[in-house]
Amino acid sequence: MSYRVHVRVMPRAGLLDPQGQAVEHALGTLGFDEAGGVRIGRAIELRVRASSAADAEARARRMCDRLFANPVTEEYTVQVEGL
Amino acid sequence: MTQRVAVVRFPGSNCDFDTLRAAAHVGAEAYFVWHRDTDLRGADVIVLPGGFSYGDYLRAGAIARFSPIMHAVQRHAVDGGAVFGICNGFQILCEAGLLPGALVRNGGLHFVSKPVDLRVERPDTVFTSGFAAGERIRLPVSHGEGRYVADDATIAQLEGEGRVVLRYLPEAMGVEPNPNGSTRDVAGICNASGTTLGIMPHPDRAWMPSLGSTDGLRFFTSMAAWQPAVSGRP
Repeated sequence: MSYRVHVRVMPRAGLLDPQGQAVEHALGTLGFDEAGGVRIGRAIELRVRASSAADAEARARRMCDRLFANPVTEEYTVQVEGL
Repeated sequence: MTQRVAVVRFPGSNCDFDTLRAAAHVGAEAYFVWHRDTDLRGADVIVLPGGFSYGDYLRAGAIARFSPIMHAVQRHAVDGGAVFGICNGFQILCEAGLLPGALVRNGGLHFVSKPVDLRVERPDTVFTSGFAAGERIRLPVSHGEGRYVADDATIAQLEGEGRVVLRYLPEAMGVEPNPNGSTRDVAGICNASGTTLGIMPHPDRAWMPSLGSTDGLRFFTSMAAWQPAVSGRP
């Protein structure tokens, strides 16, 4: 079975995110005063061969721990959908 | 004894020749090792040079750490061999877990390329033995991801064990200060034994008068003077 996996990697809460701050500032300049708390991360999509959705998620989490995210500075979420 | 110095080249390394020439200049037997190699050919010292290995894809150093040569680098470091990571080399050492913490996007978002003023906090590592404690030096930096971060416990441990080797000077008149917002002005840290060192500034770009500064030279003369307890040679 193959699954489509969506990984979302975000800077850890509390870690200064200068990209998010710069974009938030730009939003303010454009008049979007209602916007705040901007943080910028990374989205990764991949296809994973696995025996079940849970198996696909477990495999994707191992990929996150080893490569997609740096545990010192980032946290991640994993979403699995059937193909 | 002539030191054997392996300079590891990754796709995207761009300070490899500068580093090789600086090492040769101080009398070391310096040679390149390709990232796909698995043998360090009897190196006493390994230098991971600056550059943009694998285009900094994903995170700076994140892909390079899985290069075949990194197994040998890990083994060499754990066995007490000397390892020096400069700029991208420092980022790779952190990603590989050979040094704690991480280097993230500069606080000001800009890529910073300029000379900065630094203080040598520890003169008893393989690469800083030629400096005096507290000595002030000037070296160029050239990076977009040089802001050192780590959790509070790691920072406390590094400070407690005196493992911050190089620090940017804080903002003051006449000083080129911390260029990236690095935690506690950290510019370089070492492992517990002082044999593995990672720094963001470039001594490889400041070792002869025509480069504008010779303050970087002593990192290399210190390295050349080092007597390894255990030689990596067969």
